[in-house]
Amino acid sequence: MSVYSVIFYAVGLVIITATALAVTRHNPIHAVVYLVVSFLGSGALFFLLGAPFLAAVEIIIYAGAIMVLFLFVVMMFRIEKVEPKGYSWRQWGPALLCGVLFLSLLSLAALRDPVGRATLETAMVSPADFGRWVFQKYWLSIEGISLLLFLALIAAIHLGRVRREKVGEEEP
Amino acid sequence: MIVPYSHVLVLAAVTFVLGLVCVLARRNLVMTLIGIEVMMNGAAIAFMASGLRWHQLEGQAFVLFIIGVAAAEVSVGLALIIGAYRRVGSADADTYSLLKG
Repeated sequence: MSVYSVIFYAVGLVIITATALAVTRHNPIHAVVYLVVSFLGSGALFFLLGAPFLAAVEIIIYAGAIMVLFLFVVMMFRIEKVEPKGYSWRQWGPALLCGVLFLSLLSLAALRDPVGRATLETAMVSPADFGRWVFQKYWLSIEGISLLLFLALIAAIHLGRVRREKVGEEEP
Repeated sequence: MIVPYSHVLVLAAVTFVLGLVCVLARRNLVMTLIGIEVMMNGAAIAFMASGLRWHQLEGQAFVLFIIGVAAAEVSVGLALIIGAYRRVGSADADTYSLLKG
């Protein structure tokens, strides 16, 4: 068992624990903070799997930008008792059943397949090589992503705008 | 060598299923969106491991695109939640029952 295996299992434990804590928290702010830990663990995992650029992108965009956006939006809401304290089985039972079934099927498929027995060798692609390769081969997809982000910007501005004088017309 | 490929896939599956349970069980709209984020992260882990398994860079390119799509989806989703919160005054999914009549 090499040192990489130990790092992988430790990081995997951190990811699973933080995510499980995040999805069961009552307060959304606690969930977001746990999720930051989970995404930092994912960044470490990406670094271990040989993608330093994507590890940085994961930490900057996911853990940094997206989670802070979540935090701001949660702070805009009134603190309210949306969900009752405690977990009702009518709500969590079917979801847990679906999750356990799906997880057992996925794990069975992953562990029984002979393709999955191959061990991963360490490899790394430098950010310069990765960027050159992506922009040579998938430049059109990069343009598509940029267009998508631009449209999302327009949509967010349009949806988030407060219409003061037109409120009376829009109400049925 | 790191670990067997299947162990990374199991980690990705556990992350995905945690996000799925979050989407199915929670009623707060923000928590639903968080569940979708967790699911996308699980898919990204699986793509990353597959890229390393076959030594293809396409896995990493897909992770890049997943992160871009997640950023766009979160911005629009949060704007929709804020708009719905302004109209109804609650972020609970059960209060949006206007179509029931």
